[in-house]
Amino acid sequence: MDRTQLLIGVAVTLFSLGLVGVIVRRHVLVMLMCMELMLNGVNLSLVTFAQQTSTTVGAVLVFLIFVVATVEIALAIPIVLLLVRTKRTLDLGAYSELKG
Amino acid sequence: MSDAAVLNLILFLPLLGTGLLVAAPAGEPGFVRRLALVVMIVQFVLAAWLYARFDSTRAGLQFETRLPWIAQWGVYYQIGLDGYNVLLVMLTAFLGPLVVAGAFTAIAKDEKLFYAMVFLVQFAMLGTFVAQDLFLFYFFWETMLIPMFLLIGIWGGERRIYATLKFVLYTAFGSILMLAAVIYLVWSLQNTTGITSFAFSDLVKSRLPLDAQSLLLAAFALSFAIKVPMVPLHTWLPDAHVEAPTTGSVILAGVMLKMGTYGFMKLGFPLFPDATQLYTPLLMALAVLSIVYGACLALVQDDIKKIIAYSSISHLGYVMLGLLSLDLVGIQGAIIQMVSHGLVAGGLFLMVGMIYERCHTRELRAYGGLARLLPVYSVFFMILTLASVGLPTTSGFTGEFLVLLGAFRAAWPLHTTGDDLPLVLAVVAVAGVVLGALYMLRFALAFLYGAPRAPHQPFADLDRREKSILGLIVAAVFALGLFPDEPIGKTELAAKSYRQLVTASRLPGDSR
Amino acid sequence: MLTAIVLLPLLGFVLNGVLATRLGGNRFGPRFVSAAGCGLPIASFLLVVKAVLELRAGGWAPLVETVYRWALIGDNSFEIAFYFDRLSAVMALVVTGVGSVIHVYSIGYMKDDEGYGRFFAYLNLFLFFMLLLVLGRSLLVLFVGWEGVGLASYLLIGFWFHDLANARAGKKAFVTNRIGDAGFLLGMFVLFQAFGTLDMDRIGAAFAGPALPAVSASLVGVLLFIGATGKSAQIPLHVWLPDAMAGPTPVSALIHAATMVTAGVYLVARMSAVYLHAPEASALIAVVGVATAFFAATIAVVQTDIKKVLAYSTISQLGFMFLALGVGAYGVAIFHLVTHAFFKACLFLGAGSVIHALGGEQDVRRMGGLARRIPLTFWSFAIATAAIAGIPPLAGFFSKDGILWYAFASTRGGSPLLWLVAAATALMTAFYMFRLLWLTFFGRSRMTPEVEHHVHESPSSMTGVLLLLAALSALGGFIAVPHFLEAQLPLPPVDEHLHAYETPLLAVSVALALAGLAAAAWLFGGPAERAERLRARFAGPHRWLSSKYFVDELYERCLDKPLVWISDRIFLRFGDRTLIDGTLHALAAIARGSAAVFGRLQTGSLHLYAWFVLLGIVGALLWSWRHV
Repeated sequence: MDRTQLLIGVAVTLFSLGLVGVIVRRHVLVMLMCMELMLNGVNLSLVTFAQQTSTTVGAVLVFLIFVVATVEIALAIPIVLLLVRTKRTLDLGAYSELKG
Repeated sequence: MSDAAVLNLILFLPLLGTGLLVAAPAGEPGFVRRLALVVMIVQFVLAAWLYARFDSTRAGLQFETRLPWIAQWGVYYQIGLDGYNVLLVMLTAFLGPLVVAGAFTAIAKDEKLFYAMVFLVQFAMLGTFVAQDLFLFYFFWETMLIPMFLLIGIWGGERRIYATLKFVLYTAFGSILMLAAVIYLVWSLQNTTGITSFAFSDLVKSRLPLDAQSLLLAAFALSFAIKVPMVPLHTWLPDAHVEAPTTGSVILAGVMLKMGTYGFMKLGFPLFPDATQLYTPLLMALAVLSIVYGACLALVQDDIKKIIAYSSISHLGYVMLGLLSLDLVGIQGAIIQMVSHGLVAGGLFLMVGMIYERCHTRELRAYGGLARLLPVYSVFFMILTLASVGLPTTSGFTGEFLVLLGAFRAAWPLHTTGDDLPLVLAVVAVAGVVLGALYMLRFALAFLYGAPRAPHQPFADLDRREKSILGLIVAAVFALGLFPDEPIGKTELAAKSYRQLVTASRLPGDSR
Repeated sequence: MLTAIVLLPLLGFVLNGVLATRLGGNRFGPRFVSAAGCGLPIASFLLVVKAVLELRAGGWAPLVETVYRWALIGDNSFEIAFYFDRLSAVMALVVTGVGSVIHVYSIGYMKDDEGYGRFFAYLNLFLFFMLLLVLGRSLLVLFVGWEGVGLASYLLIGFWFHDLANARAGKKAFVTNRIGDAGFLLGMFVLFQAFGTLDMDRIGAAFAGPALPAVSASLVGVLLFIGATGKSAQIPLHVWLPDAMAGPTPVSALIHAATMVTAGVYLVARMSAVYLHAPEASALIAVVGVATAFFAATIAVVQTDIKKVLAYSTISQLGFMFLALGVGAYGVAIFHLVTHAFFKACLFLGAGSVIHALGGEQDVRRMGGLARRIPLTFWSFAIATAAIAGIPPLAGFFSKDGILWYAFASTRGGSPLLWLVAAATALMTAFYMFRLLWLTFFGRSRMTPEVEHHVHESPSSMTGVLLLLAALSALGGFIAVPHFLEAQLPLPPVDEHLHAYETPLLAVSVALALAGLAAAAWLFGGPAERAERLRARFAGPHRWLSSKYFVDELYERCLDKPLVWISDRIFLRFGDRTLIDGTLHALAAIARGSAAVFGRLQTGSLHLYAWFVLLGIVGALLWSWRHV
C-alpha cells in the first residue's frame, strides 16, 4: 500500500468513526465532536488529493472548511447551552418538539 | 364613456367598493351599510343601462374589451356581453342591492369585513359571467371560493365550519380537474393548429378525438355539476344553505348556482359537442333525477332553509333538462328558468332570513298561522311560493313550461324512431310539477295556516325596507312571467348559437 | 272589448285586495268592497251581452282580439289573444251572469266576516281567471286561466284558515288538480309539436279539414281528458271536491258547482274537432263519466251534511256532462252545464241560506220543519230540487233527458248499457235530492233549542238571488242551447231504428224522477223509523257508502304514505346521508387516517431523521453508481 492509499484509508476511517458516532451516540456534545471528526476526515482526504495534483485548490478548500467548522462550533455550542438550560439534560432523546 | 368601459366599471366597482370600505372609518355601521348599498345601486344602474343598450340583433360579443395579459401563453383579459350572460349579469346586478339591504339588520359583528366579502363575491361572480378567456374564467371561478368560505365560516350557524369546508373542498376538487382539462385543451389546440390561445372563441374551434372529448367533458362537467348542483353531487348545498347567514344563502341560491349552469351552457357542452351528444341520455337522466329527487327530499324536511335548498336542486334540474334538450324552446326556457330561480329562491331565502330575525328558529314545527300574525309577510310568501310552484303569470311558469315543452318536442321524434328514453324522461319531468306543488304547499300550510304559533312574539310585520326588497323581487317575477318576450329576444341569438355548436361535430378529420 | 271583460274583475281584485284588507291598511270599508266587488263583475256581464250582440251582428263570425305577444322563439309565436264564438258566448254569459249573482249573494252571507274585503278580492280574482279560461284563444291562455282558477279555489277553500283542516282541503284540491294538469300539459305538448301552435281554433280547423293530421287524436284526447278529470272531479281525481265544501258556501256555489268544475267540460267541448276523430278517447270519457255519475250518486244517498250531498251531486252531474261529451253530444253537455249552473247554484245558495238561518248547522239530522219558517229559501230550494231531479217542464228535465237520449241512441258510442246506468243514476238523483229536501224542510223539527230560536229568513240580497236562480231553474230549459250551438257543435247522428224509442224513453225519464220523489217522500216523509229500519237492514253497504268507498283512505295508504316513506327512508336517509355523504365522509376519513399514519414518521427524534438522511444519501449514491 502506498502512502496515498494509507492516508485515504485513515481519512475514511476518521469519517466513518465520526458518522457512526453521530448516529449512535445520544450525548449532544459527543455528537458535535463526532461531526468535527467527520469534517477532519474530509479535510485529510482533501489535503491528500491536493498533494497529488499539485494545485492549490484542495488546500484552499481545507481552509474554507476550517473556517466554516469554527463558525459552526461557535454557533452550535451556545445553541446547545440555551437548549440545555430548558431541558436540563444533554440526552438527544429529550429533544422531540418536532414530533407529530 | 364607451360601453366597453362601462362594463369594466361594472365589474370592478365591487373591488373599488372593497377599497372604500377598508378606508371607511370603523365603528360607524350606518355609514358602512349606506356605502355598500350605494355602490351596489350604482352597479345596478350601470348594468341596466347596458342591458337597455344591448342589441338583440347582433350576434357575437358586445361591449368587448380585449387586453393582453400573459400574451406568450395566449392569455388575454377579454370580457364582453352576449346573449349567454346578459340576463345573468342583470340578475347579479339586480340582486346586489337587495342582498346588501337584506343584511342590514342581520349582521352584528365585523360589518366592514362582511360587506367587503359580499363585494368580492359579487366581483367574482360577475367576472365568471363576462369572462371570454378560459384562464380569466378560471381565475374568477376560483376567486369566488375564499370570500364565500369566510362568509359562511365567520357569520354562519352552528355547524358552519363543517358546512363551509364541505363547500370549498367539494368545489375546489372539481375546479382542479377543470384546470387540468383547460390546460390540456389549450395544449392540444396549440399542437394541432399552432395557435396558443385561451380565448373561448378560439378553443371552440378545436378538434379532438371522442375519447379525449369525453375525458375533458367529464372534468368540466364534474366541476359544473357540483356547482349546479346535480344529484348525486349535491349534498354540500343543504348544509351550506342551512349554516350560511341569510345573505350567503341569497347569494348562493340567487346567483352562484347559475355559475354551474352557465358553465355548462357556455363552455362544457359547446367545447365538446361529440362527447355531449354521446352522454346526453345519461346527463338528461341525471337532470330528471335531480328534479324528482330534490322534490322528494324537500317534502320531508323540517328545516325551512333545507326545503328551499332541495327545491333549488329540483328547479335547476329543469334548467339542465332544457339545455340538454337542444330544442330552441327548451334552451330559451332554461335561460329564463335560471333567472327565475335566482329571483324566487333568492326571495324565499330573504323571507326566511326575515322570519329568523324575529323568531330565531328554522324549524317548521315551531311555526303556524303566520297569515294571521304577519299578513303582509304572508302575501309575499304566498306569491313566491306560487312562483316556485310554477303558477302561470309568474316567472316560474315561463321557465318550466318552456323547458318541458322543449324537452317534449325534442323527445317526440326520437320516440317515433325507437329511442324512448328522452320521452320517458320528459314525461317524468312533467310529473315533477305535481311534486313541486306538494312540497311547497306543505310548507305553506304548516307555515301560514292553522293556529298562530311562533317563538318570541310579539313581532312586527315587514317594515318599509323589507317590503321594498320583496316588492322589487315580486315585480321582477311577474314581469318575467307576463312579459318574457323582451328577455327572450335578447338571448335568442345565443340560444341558436349554443344549439348549433352542440349539435355540430368536431372530431379530427371531419370536413365540417 | 274582450280584454275589458277579462280585466274588469282583475281590477276588482286589485282594489279590494289592496285597499280593503289589512295589506293596505283597511282603507275602505265593506260598502266599497260590495260596490266594487259586485259592480265590476256585473259590468263584465253587460259587456259580455254586448259582445254577443256584436257577434250576432257579424253573422256569428268569431271575434278575435290579440292583446300582446307573450314570447317569440324561433318560428313559434305565443300570443295572448281572446276568441269569442257561440260556445264562448254561452260560457261567458254563465260565468259572468251566475258569477255576478253569487257575488251579490255574498254581500249578505259574508256580511259579518272579518275577511270581507279579502273574500271579494279572491272572488274577483277567480272571475278574472275563469274568463281567461273561457275566452282564451290558445291552450296557453286557457291553461293560465285553468291554473289560476285552481289558485283562487285553493285560496277560497282555505278561506277560514285558522282551522288547519280547511287549509288542508285547499291544498288537496290544488295538488289533485295538478295531477290532472300534468296530463293536460302533455296533451298540449303533443299538439304543439304536431301543429307548432296552441291556438284552439287553428287546431280545430286542422282536424276538421280534409286531410287528417299525423298526430294521434286519441292520445291527445285522453291526455286532455286527464286534465279535465282533475278539474271536473271525475274518477279517480274526484276526491278534492267533497273536501272543498270547507269553504264558504258562495264559493261552493260559484266555483265548485257553476263554473270552475265545468272547465273540463268546456275544454272537451272546445276541442270537439279532436274528439270527433278519437273514438277510443270518447268512449273512455263516456264510461268514466257515467261511472262517476253512478258512483257519486250512490254516495250522495247516505250523506248527512247538506253541502256534502250537493258536492257529490255535482260530481254526479258532471259525470252526466262527460257522458254526453263521450257520445258526441257536445251541445247537450253544454246545455246541461248551463241548467246545472242555475239549479246547483240555487241549491248551494239555498243551503247557504239554511246554514245562515240555523247559525252554522250543516247536519240534516238536526234540521227539519223549516218549510214554514224560511219560505223563500224553501220554495227556491224545492224548485231547484225538482229541476235537478228532472221533473218537467223544469230546466233539468230538458238537459238530462237530452243526455239520456243520446247516451242511448247516438251513433258515436251510444248504447243501452250507458243509458241504463245513467237512468239508474237519474233515479238515485231524484231520490237523494228529495230526501235532502224532506229531511231539511219537512217533518218535525230536530233542531236544538238554541238553533231553533235563531231561525230567520235571510236578507233580501240573498233571497232575491235565490228566487232569480229558482226562476232560471224553472224556465232555463226553454233556452234552446243545443240548437244555438248546433252551427258550431253539431249534434251526433242518431241510429234511425232507434227513433221509435224516443218517446218511451222520455216517459221513462219522467217516471224515474217521480219514482225517486215518491220513494223519498215515503221513506223520509213518514215516521223516522222507516229510514232507520232500512239503514239497519243494509248496515254494511251503508257503511261503505258513508265512508265514500274508503277512496281517500286508499289513496293515503297507496300514494301519500309510500311517497313520504320513500322520500324519507330511501332518498334522505339512505341516499343522501348514508350513500352520498357517507362516501364523502369516508373519503375525508381516509385522508385524515393516512395523514395520521404519515404523521407518525415525525417522531421528533433527530437520530431517526439522521438515519433517514443517511439512507437517502446511500440510496442516491447507489442509484448514481448504477446509472453512470
